[in-house]
Order: sequence, then C-alpha cells, then structure tokens
Amino acid sequence: MHRPGMLSIWFFIGVLLLIYGILILGSGLYGLTHPPAVVLNDLHAGIWWGLLLIVMGAFYTFRFAPWRKN
Amino acid sequence: MRPFPALFFQSVTSRLVSLSAVDLAIIALYFIAVIGIGFYLKRYTKTGEDFFLAGREMTAWVAGLSFVAANLGALEMMGWAAAAYQYGILAAHWYWIGAIPAMLFLGLVMMPFYYISKTHSVPGYLKLRFGQSSGALAAICFGFMTVLMSGINMYSMALVMKVVLGWDIHFSIWASSLTVGVYVVLGGLLSAIFNEVLQFVLIWLGSLLISIIGLVEAGGWTGVMARIHHNFPAQNYTSLWSTLGSFSDNPMGIHWVGIVFGLGWVISFGYWTTDFLVVQRVLAAKDLRSAKMAPIIGAGFKMLVPFIVILPGLLGLALLPEHLVGEDQAVATGGHSFNEVLPLMLARYCGPGLLGLGITALMAGFMSGMAGNVSAFATVWTYDIYRPFFRKQASDAHYVSVGRWCTILGVLVSIGTAYFVMQFHSIMDYVQALFSFFIAPLFGTVLLGMLWSRATPAGGFWGLLSGTATAIGLWAWVKISPSALQYVALSPKAKDMAENMYRALWSWLVCVLVTVVVSYMTRPKPVEELTGLVYGHTTLPSEGDLRFYQRPIFWAGLIAVGLVILNIIFW
Repeated sequence: MHRPGMLSIWFFIGVLLLIYGILILGSGLYGLTHPPAVVLNDLHAGIWWGLLLIVMGAFYTFRFAPWRKN
Repeated sequence: MRPFPALFFQSVTSRLVSLSAVDLAIIALYFIAVIGIGFYLKRYTKTGEDFFLAGREMTAWVAGLSFVAANLGALEMMGWAAAAYQYGILAAHWYWIGAIPAMLFLGLVMMPFYYISKTHSVPGYLKLRFGQSSGALAAICFGFMTVLMSGINMYSMALVMKVVLGWDIHFSIWASSLTVGVYVVLGGLLSAIFNEVLQFVLIWLGSLLISIIGLVEAGGWTGVMARIHHNFPAQNYTSLWSTLGSFSDNPMGIHWVGIVFGLGWVISFGYWTTDFLVVQRVLAAKDLRSAKMAPIIGAGFKMLVPFIVILPGLLGLALLPEHLVGEDQAVATGGHSFNEVLPLMLARYCGPGLLGLGITALMAGFMSGMAGNVSAFATVWTYDIYRPFFRKQASDAHYVSVGRWCTILGVLVSIGTAYFVMQFHSIMDYVQALFSFFIAPLFGTVLLGMLWSRATPAGGFWGLLSGTATAIGLWAWVKISPSALQYVALSPKAKDMAENMYRALWSWLVCVLVTVVVSYMTRPKPVEELTGLVYGHTTLPSEGDLRFYQRPIFWAGLIAVGLVILNIIFW
C-alpha cells in the first residue's frame, strides 16, 4: 500500500510493539524482586520477551518511519 | 472452520487469572491502537473500491496475513487447543491436510478467475457466471449466516472473558463489538485488513511463549511424548496417521478415509475456496500475481499455526497436574474442562505484562474474526442484494454510505444474535450446522463454473439449490431418526464427525450431478459472455518472464513438500 502520505501498517505495528516491549521488560525487571507465581519463573521470560519486542518494535518503527520515506 | 460444537463454558465458578495494572494498560493500548487506525484510515477511504476492496492495492504479504488472521479467531484458537487436549495430535489434521491443499488450490487454480473477473465477492462471481438468481441465492444465504455466526462467536467470546477474567458478559459484548464496528465503519475493508495484520502479529507474539516455555518445562518434544504416554497409557494421543486404520484405535473415533476425502477434499476445499470471508482479503490484492501468492503465503503461516494452537493442548496433556474433563463433568465436580486448557497454560507461565499480551492476543483473534464477518456482510449486502434489487443506478458515494450503514446493521444484528443465543443455547448448534449446509454445494457450483464452460445459468442455480436442499434434508433426517446416520455415513460405527463429512460429500455430489444434467438440458451461455470467467475462455497472463523464485507455483510446491514432511515426522 503506497499512497502518498499514508503511513505504513508496519509503522503502527512497530510503535505498538515498542511500547509493549518497554511495559513487559519493566514488569519483568520488577519481577526480579517481586517474583510472580508462575511455573519456571527463573527463566525470567518477561525480560527476554520484553527485549525481543523492543528490538522488533524498534526495527519496524525506524524502518517504516514516515520521516524516512520523504 | 470448527466442526466441533462451539465452546460452552458452564463452570463459571471462579475466574482463572487476575490482571494487574500493566496487563490492563496493554489491553487498553490495544483498543486505542485499533480505533486510532480506523480514524486514521477514514481519510483514505473515499470510493467504493476503497471501502469494499481496500483499493485493490494490497501486497501479497498483507493480503496473505490478513487471509489467515480473518480465519484465526480466538474461539478457533481456544477450541483447537481444547480439541488437541481431548483428541491429541489428530486435531492438527484440520490445519494441515484440512487446509493447506485447498489454500494452494485457491491460489493456483481459482484465484485467476476470481481476480480477472473483477468481482467484489463470491456471490458476485456467481452472478457474472450464472446470472442474477444464483448470485442472489448465494448472497442471501451468506449474508444471514455470516451475521449469525458473528453473533455466536461474540457470545462465546464474552463467556470466555467471564470465565478467564471475570468480566461482565454485557460489557464484553458491547465493548468489543462497538470497537470493531467503529474501525470497520470508518475505514471499511482497508481498515479491517490493516488491523488484521496487526492482530496477526499480536496473536503470534502473545501465544508463542506458551509453547516455548512449555517445551522447556517438558524437556523438548521427546519429553512431551514421553510424559503424555506416561500420563495416559490407555490412549494414543501422539500419532497423526498410524492409528487411523480403524474407528476404534484413536481418540477421535475416525477413519483415514473420512479425514482424506471428507475433510481434506469437500469440507476444506468448500471452506477455503468459497467462503467469502477469507476470499475477500485476497480480492484486495494489487495484481494477479499478488492474488495468487496471498493464499500461498497464507498457507505457509497456516501450516505453522498448530505450533501455537495444537501444541499448547498437547503440553496440557503432558504437564498439567490435574486431568481436564468434559464440560458436564467439570460443572458436576467443580474441575476444569478441556475448553480452558489455553487460558490455563497462559496463566501457568505468564506473569504480569505477558499475561496482558496473551489476553490481547485472544481479543485480537476475536476482533479479526468479527471484522471479517461484518466487512464481508457489508460488501455482499450492498453489492449483491441492495444494488441489484433496490437501487440499480446510484453514485459510488451512495453505495459507500450504504456499506457503512450495513456495517452498523451487521454489528447490531450480531449483538442481537448474541443475546438471542444467551437465551436459547441450542440455537448455536443449529446455526453451525446451517453454515456447513451451504459451503459444500457452493464449492461444487463455483468449481464447475470456473472449469467447465458448458455449465449453464439454469444448471448452476438448480445445482446449488438442490445441493443445499440435500444437505438440509440429510441433516433433518438424522435429527428426526438418529438411526439414519448409518445410511448417511455408510457405517453403523460412524460418529457425529463422520456425519458432517458424509453430508458435505453427498450434497456436493448432488450439486455437481444436477448442475451437469440440467446444463445438458438447457442452452449454453454464448462464448463471448464467458470471457474472463471460465477456464479456456480467459487469457491468463504468462509467467514465463519471471524467475523461478518469483512464480507462485514454486512457492506452492515448497509448501506442499513441507506439508508432506510434517505429516511423515508426526506419522
């Protein structure tokens, strides 16, 4: 979809994933001192998954940012 | 595509998980994002082409992802995870042999005719090929079934939210359906597709973690198998084909003939190639090659969906300390039922934040399914019923506004259906059966229309009508006297699942037979009216100048090989 001026769909996805990543990483770090009652908590899934979302989100946000196209 | 009855959650004793502030923030952000996208896209949705076909400018990737997302509803996810817990790995057949061949066939064989005819819908194609009456019959059946299904899904989803989160049913119904209504009314199919791609990404990121941590806990795939055998020594839950030689050897009570011909042929081809809900996404592709590639890309992802849907069910068999039971027993004993396996696994591994993402994935699944229903309903109602029968000549802007009103109407009728189902539970099974009546004969009519130029308008109409009548008749026969099942399914040992498959097969055969006979008795359509609609009278652009990796057939072949390998691995 390349209409003049229209933002790419991947830009929206990138921004949302970036925010989600920060929130999930944050609660993962908080979980280091206040461990949640889940199985295999010592894997610290929140931290890793948060980082993954941040990396993916940042990639899509900057790769498809509106200011790059113009 | 759910051959099982819709999920019932009767054991509403206590909620399974409780959300923290960060989870609620993640869910709220999701709602803001989808509505925001709707408002943003309104300015790009001016013409009918924009509203009903998303401007026909989707890339193969966007159309392909949206194609899978429209099908991947939340109930689909929870229902198949539950089926995997109940029947084991056999549930994967509905994702592999029961989907992939049909999707590849749609891309390679049928898509060129849908796309070149420039139709906006499947009933629209029938109208071009067989005339007004066939198109109208298909449009009316499809329109009603779609909103009814949408209402049923909405009600089931609200029940899920009540069981999992303890949310009020009325709140869930209104909040989710109004959100979908807002973004589809504003941006039409463009906005629906845009959001479906977003929802597709969230569904994967929200549910993938369950499978990953589950595999770690169980000690890999061999660990999963060993634990299931240890927990349930009496049944074989881990073989895809080797137990299908006899009805009594596998948990599903099914025979391989039923899986291959009933599921793999009629049911899956009927659903994937003629259900306008999914086909509409591909019609929005920007050119023919993208339209052919979209179902193929979709098939590639569909093949991977068992990893986030079937595997959690198997992990539940392997790892959950309590054994889940059927819904009735769960109500009686206060235990958990199969249907809760996906939320149970989610709650097992996901702490604050991740839990919100997982719940968002379920909601995204629900909304993508519902947006698919209402956008397809609006298109069919506006172009295939309103335009030919109410106002033939009107401006493009008029039809766009009718489309917007139809979307609102579709949402309201869905909500009405949801409340109706809340009062009369048994209606649910009837409507699901109704939906299956229509799809198998429709596949016969569309297939003959595309590949056989001798098929006449009268043949198409009477074939479709008699096929549908056959399906309804067989269903009513078994309903009135259950012993008739042995005649319908050709075996006294057959169960409900076999009934569905054989009913589809018979109604398809009757449709094809009647179409052929009536066609030979009536005058054929002039050849010049078949141009662009039928094989042999349509110029298909050559792909000779493309490199091999640019050709759809190459990728379809790769996916077919992948399908065979997967089936051998899990034999």
